[in-house]
Amino acid sequence: MATVTYAKATRVYPGAKTPAVDALDLEIGDGEFLVLVGPSGCGKSTSLRMLAGLEDVNSGNIFINQNDVTHLPPKARDIAMVFQNYALYPHMSVYDNMAFALKLRKTPKSEIEARVKEAAKMLQLEEYLSRKPKALSGGQRQRVAMGRAIVRHPQVFLMDEPLSNLDAKLRVQTRSQIATMQAKLGVTTVYVTHDQVEAMTMGHRVAVLLDGHLQQVDTPRALYDRPANVFVAGFMGSPAMNIKTVGLTDQGAKFVDMLLPLTRDQVAAAQADGGNGRVTIGFRPEDTEIVGGLDKGMPITVDLVEELGSDAFVYGTVALEGQDERFTVRADPRKVPQLGEVVHVRPRPDSHHAFNAATGLRLG
Amino acid sequence: MDFARESPKFVQLLIGIVAFVVFVAALLALVALSDRISTGTRKRKGFAGAIVERFRNRPERLPAVIFLFPAVVLLLIGLVVPAIRTTILSFKNGGSTEWVGLENYKWMFNDPGTRIVLRNTLIWVVLVPLLSTGIGLVYAVLIDKAKFERVAKSLVFMPMAVSFVGASIVWKFVYADRPPGQEQIGLLNYIWAAMGGEPQQWLVNKPLNNLFLIVIMVWIQAGFAMVVLSAAIKAIPGEIVEAARIDGVNAWQMFWRVTMPSIRAALTVVLVTISIASLKVFDIVRTGTNGNFDTSVIANEMYNNAFRYGEAGRGSALAVFLFVLVVPIVVYQIRALRQQRATR
Repeated sequence: MATVTYAKATRVYPGAKTPAVDALDLEIGDGEFLVLVGPSGCGKSTSLRMLAGLEDVNSGNIFINQNDVTHLPPKARDIAMVFQNYALYPHMSVYDNMAFALKLRKTPKSEIEARVKEAAKMLQLEEYLSRKPKALSGGQRQRVAMGRAIVRHPQVFLMDEPLSNLDAKLRVQTRSQIATMQAKLGVTTVYVTHDQVEAMTMGHRVAVLLDGHLQQVDTPRALYDRPANVFVAGFMGSPAMNIKTVGLTDQGAKFVDMLLPLTRDQVAAAQADGGNGRVTIGFRPEDTEIVGGLDKGMPITVDLVEELGSDAFVYGTVALEGQDERFTVRADPRKVPQLGEVVHVRPRPDSHHAFNAATGLRLG
Repeated sequence: MDFARESPKFVQLLIGIVAFVVFVAALLALVALSDRISTGTRKRKGFAGAIVERFRNRPERLPAVIFLFPAVVLLLIGLVVPAIRTTILSFKNGGSTEWVGLENYKWMFNDPGTRIVLRNTLIWVVLVPLLSTGIGLVYAVLIDKAKFERVAKSLVFMPMAVSFVGASIVWKFVYADRPPGQEQIGLLNYIWAAMGGEPQQWLVNKPLNNLFLIVIMVWIQAGFAMVVLSAAIKAIPGEIVEAARIDGVNAWQMFWRVTMPSIRAALTVVLVTISIASLKVFDIVRTGTNGNFDTSVIANEMYNNAFRYGEAGRGSALAVFLFVLVVPIVVYQIRALRQQRATR
């Protein structure tokens, strides 16, 4: 079991002007399940591959258990990795795929067999051990890739979007299996995904990256409740938060007739750093209600209703400062408005988030 | 027509072009006809009518037959008929006037000179594929992802563009020898003399002269092996190589346990292709030594017997034997290709 530390770790691809990963500082605790999440090209896979030793570190350091592994080859790091396409050896049986790393380490045959059998049992692969990867389904291949990592008993598991090649139903099922297995084995895990649902459901903590910079790292709950900036606010949560930049008054932010109050400190912070009388406000669809006309809500014209059974999401537009802006609101699925109808919506008290209009950073 | 008299080649070229145009036009006409026959409704009588009736039920077959026709005719003229005729001739005497039964085959396996020819062919077919593939593979692995890869590859591949005859002439200069005392113009003797050796007649001295001829073939085929194997190595998914690195392979294990199994199919293709080429080798021996000094091979001996010694029977027997040797390899290759497709 191990801790992992990124210390100003930077990767610049040859020929690129900006770093793919820029001075990443991140500490991962012993036995922790940390998820790296972000849109494509944010540097999350590169960060993982730097830890694996598959990608050079141009500056800064990476530690596993206080040992500087920055320039060690992959095999000297005692890590195991699960790839997006599984990367099973096509010419080897399932058993040999799992046993390969142990054989290379000259592990005694009896122990190899015991470990492979144990992993196969855990992953329900026992009856497929003699098959070649070609003869397996996508889900089975994914489990073999997991098994190959498990038998190693490594210090750290690295997983690079291991679920993205599975169909939706299998993905949800495997998601919980991986989380359960990690909890049982207690091995420190770094998991890369672009799917914020995977990040929220699996990670003990989640690190959000954008353009090679770490935006925020915290528990899923804290990321959801107190996003550090506009990007994290918009990225976490589905459907995405309503985020609009509007004029700032002494009391708060104005949406037509609806005033969303801000504290004095928030107003002051919004004015600083080039805020220029503007403020960015976000409120989640699930924190927003349809209210009566007298409750000073914001009138929106409904143009789309998505009914999901358990929920209904209402999309509507309103003219804000001369421009049509779209909002999403969660509604009672048994009382959805008609298309074209004008309804008044309003975030629940104190559920809105405020950010500096220029820097995008959270206010208070 | 002065122009025609002075440049008969242009006239030939013109005839060729006209023939090509006529051929294409005829094909297009056939296509148009097949359309009409398969869609036409009018009743026809006689032979044409019978054909039409035949295809009316399976209209999709008609275009297939029409397009197969030229290929089948050419295969018959160029391959099937000569093959059958050669086989028949191999049971006749030198002038093809009398049946001699298996005499020609008996001669082939008993004549001491011909036995050496068979031995030489065996040496060729064992050494050339192994050496070419081995050298090509090592080279492909060593230069993979090197900075100068493209230049290095072109250098080794270039001999492929040289004809066997051209390559043999180039190498004959390398092997050239002058009597001792004179300046050596051959590269090999030059080096040999510089190291203190007596000038050697490389292509005359038995039995190593066979090896010096084989070097020419290897020089040509290694480039082919290298290009095909290099492409196969590049086709190995990057993630598999990375997974192997994380699993802890060293360079040696990477080659034997990941690279080699991944390129097995390409290796088979290369080995088989070069085997067939070396079984049929003719030009290099013909140009290099003319088959003298115990260097002849089946194809060369076949040519000598059939067209120089007036022994059509013996030449045909050698041709048939060569064919029998090649067939199993071709069958294996086709099977391997099919299997590969099936498992992919």
